[in-house]
Amino acid sequence: MSEVSVGRRLQPAAPRLLFESGSSGRSAFYWPDGDDQGQGNIPETLLRHDIPGFPELGELEVLRHFTRLSQRNFAIESQFYPLGSCTMKYNPKVNEVAARLPGFAQIHPLAPVEVLQGAMELLYDLERMLLEICGMDSVSLQPSAGAQGELTGLMLIRACLAERGNPRKKIIVPDTAHGTNPASSTLCGYDVVQISSTAQGVIDPATIAKVMDEQVAALMITNPNTLGLFEKDIEAIAEVVHGKGGLVYLDGANLNALMGVAKPGHMGVDVLHMNLHKTFSTPHGGGGPGAGPVAVKKMLSDYLPVPRIAKNAGTFYLQERCPKTIGRVRSFFGNFGILVRAYTYIISIGGNGLEESSRMALLNANYIRKRLEKSYQLAYNEPCMHECIFTDRLQHKHGISTLDIAKRLLDYDFHPPTIYFPLVVSGALMIEPTETETPETLDAFVEAMLAIAREAEETPEVVKAAPHSTPVRRLDEARAARRQILRWEPTHGKAE
Amino acid sequence: MLRVIGIDSLDELYRHVPETLRNRAKIGLPEGLTELAVRRRLAALAAKNATPSEWSFFLGGGIYHHFIPSAVDAVISRSEFATSYTPYQPEVSQGTLQALFEYQTLVCQLTGMEVSNAGVYDGASAAAEAVLMSRRIQPLNRRRVLLSRALHPHYREVISTYLKNLNDMRLEEVGFDNSGGTDLEQLTAKLDHQSMCVVVGYPNFFGIIEDLTPIQAACASSGAQLITVTAEPLALGVLKPPGEWGADIAVGEGQSLGVPMTLGGPGYGFFASQRRFVRSLPGRLVGETVDAEGQRGFVLTLATREQHIRREKATSNICTSQTLCTLASTVFMSLLGKTGMRRLAEVNVSRAHEACDRLVDEAKLEFCFSRPFFNEFVLRAKNLPDLMKRCAAERIVPGVPLGQWYPELHDCLLVCVTEMNQRKEIDRLVGSIGG
Repeated sequence: MSEVSVGRRLQPAAPRLLFESGSSGRSAFYWPDGDDQGQGNIPETLLRHDIPGFPELGELEVLRHFTRLSQRNFAIESQFYPLGSCTMKYNPKVNEVAARLPGFAQIHPLAPVEVLQGAMELLYDLERMLLEICGMDSVSLQPSAGAQGELTGLMLIRACLAERGNPRKKIIVPDTAHGTNPASSTLCGYDVVQISSTAQGVIDPATIAKVMDEQVAALMITNPNTLGLFEKDIEAIAEVVHGKGGLVYLDGANLNALMGVAKPGHMGVDVLHMNLHKTFSTPHGGGGPGAGPVAVKKMLSDYLPVPRIAKNAGTFYLQERCPKTIGRVRSFFGNFGILVRAYTYIISIGGNGLEESSRMALLNANYIRKRLEKSYQLAYNEPCMHECIFTDRLQHKHGISTLDIAKRLLDYDFHPPTIYFPLVVSGALMIEPTETETPETLDAFVEAMLAIAREAEETPEVVKAAPHSTPVRRLDEARAARRQILRWEPTHGKAE
Repeated sequence: MLRVIGIDSLDELYRHVPETLRNRAKIGLPEGLTELAVRRRLAALAAKNATPSEWSFFLGGGIYHHFIPSAVDAVISRSEFATSYTPYQPEVSQGTLQALFEYQTLVCQLTGMEVSNAGVYDGASAAAEAVLMSRRIQPLNRRRVLLSRALHPHYREVISTYLKNLNDMRLEEVGFDNSGGTDLEQLTAKLDHQSMCVVVGYPNFFGIIEDLTPIQAACASSGAQLITVTAEPLALGVLKPPGEWGADIAVGEGQSLGVPMTLGGPGYGFFASQRRFVRSLPGRLVGETVDAEGQRGFVLTLATREQHIRREKATSNICTSQTLCTLASTVFMSLLGKTGMRRLAEVNVSRAHEACDRLVDEAKLEFCFSRPFFNEFVLRAKNLPDLMKRCAAERIVPGVPLGQWYPELHDCLLVCVTEMNQRKEIDRLVGSIGG
């Protein structure tokens, strides 16, 4: 095998913690003495005179620290990131330029709406664009992330059903769903009824019919589902749910497969959330911020969170008092900076571009599926949508698990796919290449996967001990959970 | 690629999608634009918004205009941070993980609390999550939540939205008195053996520094938890932190520390508590450990609280930590450091008090409350609509009128003064109102 499997690249040492360097009195902030001094009307008893442990560093020290830290990260702009269900597509730079315009970055949410007309126009237009893409009637841009979108969507359902006389008690959630689905249901005061998918990886309307009763408020469904398969019976499923007076919630995490292919609004979906940090190219930021707008059919519009943006004779204004609203789900106007990025993306590539994105995402996923199907066991031998799922079954006999394969991929300089999700596939490897990768990159990834499959047979010990070339080796997660060192302390490290 | 897949056209990939859906799926949006055209369109939209370079804003109320050192954006613009995923693969995410560990430490130091999570959506949802956390800690017979009416109105609304569907919860408000602080008599009268927690702003929505000693004592004697909510954490550069006052949970909005205002989002919610409650925390936590060779490293830990493991039994449904925003704050706090945080906070105190004195003495506005404040204060005007109009003509927004949330304060203005408001702006403000 290549050198990668033997020697260990020399890695620069980890930067010390911010609190372990510097010198007393050092600061990168300067404000002249003699001016702006005093404690106003604040009595001594309310004041602190020190923030024990706080950093004391110069500007170059700080920058070197964080630049060195950044070099210990994988990121889309340095590595291919085929994370299933996460849609790690390229985040265009023009999005960043747009969000940093002073007219967006330096505006205050409590300024009079008359002097925020550009921001309101952008939000209003973005609402219309998202509605056209998903075929729904109204949308709120308030939710800060997908999970908050789910919670908001369920609250809308609850409010609507309550007004019809009974908020009901249960939410049906497939076993392939994201963990946020059941967690959001609980938070909305519902019990979760879990259902299984068929041997073909989809949901059978008959399964829904069996559990669907007058106490079920809604079905939460992901389409395409987390197995990368289109729920082809979605219309029939929706009919069953509607037949008993329930509503259909679509987890829009996988919207990147649907643009120009099928609109959720035509599938019988009553409410859905979209992840702008997936389908609409806003950066993941190492775990946020994102945005999770919620779109609904007309009958749920009145319940949407406040504030809502309205237009009258060319002027935009805010509606704060809507009698049926579920209320506010967060402060101000949602993650506006993320909404600016998504708007920029949509006008950049346009309707055709969005449709092309979904087509190319499917092409890339099916290409990888086909090229790996002889070396890795497919979870479902069906053409996939935007992601494909393998398992570690073929590697198991050599003592190699999905975790080992994932860690070995790091040595080949690829981010691993999503692993061990969905839970119903044992040892799942969920690959979502997205549309923004070249065929050359896909081939290089496939070659790495094939090499690892060979290594699993020939030199399994190399795979099991991977990664070999990363800044740190496998980390002891059990120790972290046991010791619970969650912050630096002045006595840090001395106990060791 | 088609040949490898074994199909003749892309359409075959969609054969599972019913035709009735496919033939209606066309997206009716205009063609894409050149990058130049995109930038022109956005610049035109941005130009319709008033920024502090053309206008004088004296606006706070949960979002604060503070100086952000150039180094902050330099760090968060690095694509290694901006375009990485949640650090589920710790071997290639040590940059993000160590920065989050440092962030958690900074939040603990600033708030005087023992543990902090890696961040939540915003201050308002942090407050709601804090109440839900108290629900996990307190026994079933304690389900009454007491909210100070001097807590940010959006935060109270969000708490109410989050609790509305949980049948066991009861929400009550406690008024404020003439001092501008939470009415202690009312609070004491309402506290009993069913009280779950008390939520107060620190500083509160009026900029007032609440007297937490008697509030904490009242909570402790009734067995309720004390939750403090700080929308302006720069204040903690000079104020005794919630931990020293005995808060059980201390949360707030972090935007003020290095994140641009951006119409109020994205910022992040910070979330800290006493150590004994660590297993009830919502959201992500980073912990220290070692790798196979014994070197220090960091991982996401105690994930058995979280939705991707516990599903419907998770402590929260949250699946983000607003990481890039918490990183901005981590860099901001590192640059300012011990002396800089204190100095910047002091500049705010001093400038706000100076402006307040002048607005009272020279512009003849009335100072509403009596308790000490940080960088925001409430003033009463004889004719507020007229005052707003006169200021607007001079491109000044003198503050936030409070009548929309507090009918009894219909003639009052919440004024915020930070280091970004130059003296000549304060002169103009005093002149426009006084003149």
